[in-house]
Amino acid sequence: MSDSSSSSSEIFGYVAEFSSASDLYHAAEKVRDAGFRRWDVHTPFPIHGMDHAMGLGKSWLSAIVLCGGLTGSFTALVLQFFTQVTLYPTVVQDKPTNLFTVPAFFPVTFELTILLSAFATVLGLFTLIMLPRWNHPLFNSSLFAKFSNDGFLMVIEARDPKFKREKTKELLQEIGAGKVEEVNY
Amino acid sequence: MADTKQANTAVHPSEAEGVAREPLVLNHRSLGWITDRICGIVENRQPFIWWVLFVPSVLGFLCLVFSLVYLVSTGVGVWGMNHPVAWGWDIVNFVFWIGIGHAGTLISAILFLTRQKWRTGVNRASEAMTLFAVMCAGIFPGFHVGRFWMVWFLAPIPNSNGIWQNFKSPLLWDVFAVSTYFTVSVIFWYIGLIPDLATLRDRAAGLKKKLYGFFALGWRGGNRQWRHYEMAYLILAALSTPLVLSVHSVVSFDFATSIVPGWHTTIFPPYFVAGAIFGGFAMVLTLMLPVRKLYGLEDLITAKHIDNMAKIILLTGTIVGYAYIMELFISYYSANPFETDAFHLRILSGPYTWAYYCMFFCNVIAPQVFWFKWSRHNLWMVFIIVNFVNFGMWFERFVIIPTSLARDFLPGQWGYYSASWVEKLLFGGSFGMFMMLFLLFIRFLPVIAASEVKGVLPESDPHYHDWKHLREKRRNAGK
Repeated sequence: MSDSSSSSSEIFGYVAEFSSASDLYHAAEKVRDAGFRRWDVHTPFPIHGMDHAMGLGKSWLSAIVLCGGLTGSFTALVLQFFTQVTLYPTVVQDKPTNLFTVPAFFPVTFELTILLSAFATVLGLFTLIMLPRWNHPLFNSSLFAKFSNDGFLMVIEARDPKFKREKTKELLQEIGAGKVEEVNY
Repeated sequence: MADTKQANTAVHPSEAEGVAREPLVLNHRSLGWITDRICGIVENRQPFIWWVLFVPSVLGFLCLVFSLVYLVSTGVGVWGMNHPVAWGWDIVNFVFWIGIGHAGTLISAILFLTRQKWRTGVNRASEAMTLFAVMCAGIFPGFHVGRFWMVWFLAPIPNSNGIWQNFKSPLLWDVFAVSTYFTVSVIFWYIGLIPDLATLRDRAAGLKKKLYGFFALGWRGGNRQWRHYEMAYLILAALSTPLVLSVHSVVSFDFATSIVPGWHTTIFPPYFVAGAIFGGFAMVLTLMLPVRKLYGLEDLITAKHIDNMAKIILLTGTIVGYAYIMELFISYYSANPFETDAFHLRILSGPYTWAYYCMFFCNVIAPQVFWFKWSRHNLWMVFIIVNFVNFGMWFERFVIIPTSLARDFLPGQWGYYSASWVEKLLFGGSFGMFMMLFLLFIRFLPVIAASEVKGVLPESDPHYHDWKHLREKRRNAGK
C-alpha cells in the first residue's frame, strides 16, 4: 500500500508491460493456470493463439449472425411474395405472378440476407465487446496508452477473487513483466 | 554433423534461407516505426502536391454539382440520350464506377479468406476507394430516373398510391445489390478502422483526441475484444465475398435479361465480375503508386505488392479477353442473325468500331506486358499500363451499352449517340468528387491498416522468440 499514489481512490488493477508477443503469450498461460478470471491482455494486434493461452473458447458471434441472416432471407421472401403475388401483381413480359415467381426473388433475398447478417455482425460485435464505452479506468493509466502503438500489456483487475495487492504485483514481475503500474478508478 | 544440420533448421520459417518468402514489411521495421509512419501522414502537414491535387478536385466536384443542378432545373433533355439510345454515358459511368469498387472488396474479403497476408498493405485504401467509387456510381442511375425527388419510390415503402415495386425486374435487384454493397462495405471499412482510430486517439490531444476517440468507440485492444473482433472480421469477409460476386452479376443482369442483341448473353455475369476486378485493381494501383511515393511508404507497400496486383491484372485481363473472343464466337455459332449482325456491326461495319478496338487494345493487348517481370517492377511501366486499363474499361462499358442500343432489330430504329457537354461535365466532375474524397481520406484517416500490418510481422508470431531461443540453445550445445 506504500506505492499507491492516491490512497483515497480505489484500485482498479495492475497494468504490466511485456517486451514481446511471445513473452506475453507465455505469461498469459501462467496467469490462466494460476486461476485468474478478471484479466486481459491488451495488444496492438490480435496475437495468434492467445485465446488458447488465456483459456477462452470460440466466439459465439456466428450464432448471432445466423439469426440475422435468417431474418433477412425471411423478410425478403415475405416482402416480395406478398407484394408481388397478393398485394400488387405486376404482369410484365408474361412472367407469372404465383408460386413460380419465386426464382425471380432470389437476388433480392440474397442481398437482404447479406445485409441483415452484416447488421447482426456489427450489433452482435458491439454487444459482445461492450462498446461503445468511451470512459474506462484503464484510460487513466499512462502505460496503458502504449497498447495501441507497440505495447504488450496485461491487466489484472482488482475485482478478481484471487487478486491481492502486493502478491499479484510480484506474480506479474515473476512471469516477466517489465513495468507494472497501479491503476485507480 | 546431425547437430549442425539441426541448428540450421531451427530458424523461424520467415527467415529460413531458400524457403523464405519476401518479407511483407521491408528493412525489419519495428511496430513503433509503423505507427509513426502511418499516423504521421495524418498528423503532419500535407505535402504541397496534396493541395495541387485537392484544389482541382474540389473544382471538379463543383462542376458535378453544377451539372446536376442544371440537369434537374432544366430536364433530362440536356443529356444527349434519346430514342433509340436511352442508356448512354450515365449507365456507362455507373457500371464503370461500380466496377472500380470491386477491387477493394476483393482485397479486403477474398484475399482475407485465402490468407493472402500481403493484402494488409493495401486493403484500407482500396476499401476507401470502393466506397468513394460506389458513391460516384450511385449518382448516375439516381439522376437517370428523371425525377430525382421521386427516387424514394425505389424503396419498398407503403405509399398512398398502393403501388409496389416489380421485384422481377433486374433494375430493382440492382437497387438492392448496390445499396447492400455500399452498406456492407462501409461496415467492413469502419470495423477495420476502429483499432487504428484508437491509435490516433492515443497519440492526439485536445479536440482531435475527442473526435478520433468518439469514432474509436473506446477501443481497448483487449484479447477479450480481439477474439470477437476477429470473428466479426472473418464473418464480414465471408459475407462480402459472395456479395462482391453478386453485385456485378446483378449489374450484368440489367443487360443480360433483356433481349437486345449484344446484351442477351449468358457469359455476362462472370465476364462483368472479372472485368470489374480488372478495372478495380488498375484504379488501386493508379492511386497507390503516387501515395506510396509521396508519403514514403515503400517499406509497407513493397515491390511484391505491386507485382502481385499486376499479376491479378494480367489474369483478369486475360479472362476479359477470353470473354470478348467467346462473345464473338457465340454470336457466329448461335446462327442467330440478330446476334451475328450485332457483333458484325460492333467489330467491322458499325459506327462505333473505333471504340471496340480501343477497348480491345487497352484491356487485352496492353496488360500482356505484365508477363515480363521487369515490367511489373518498373513503376512507370505499371502506371502507364494501369491507365490503359482504366481507359479501356470505360470503353468496354461504352461498347456494350450504347453501341448495342444504336443498332437494334429494325434498321428504322437505328441511331447514333454522342454525349452532350452536360454528361461530359458530370463524368469529369465525378472524378473530381472521387479524388476529393480520396484526398480527404488520406488527410484524416490512416491510409494503411496499421494494426493489420503489425500482425503480419514475423515477430508478431507468439512463437517467434521460441525459435530464436531454440536456435541459440542448439548453437551452444553444438559448441
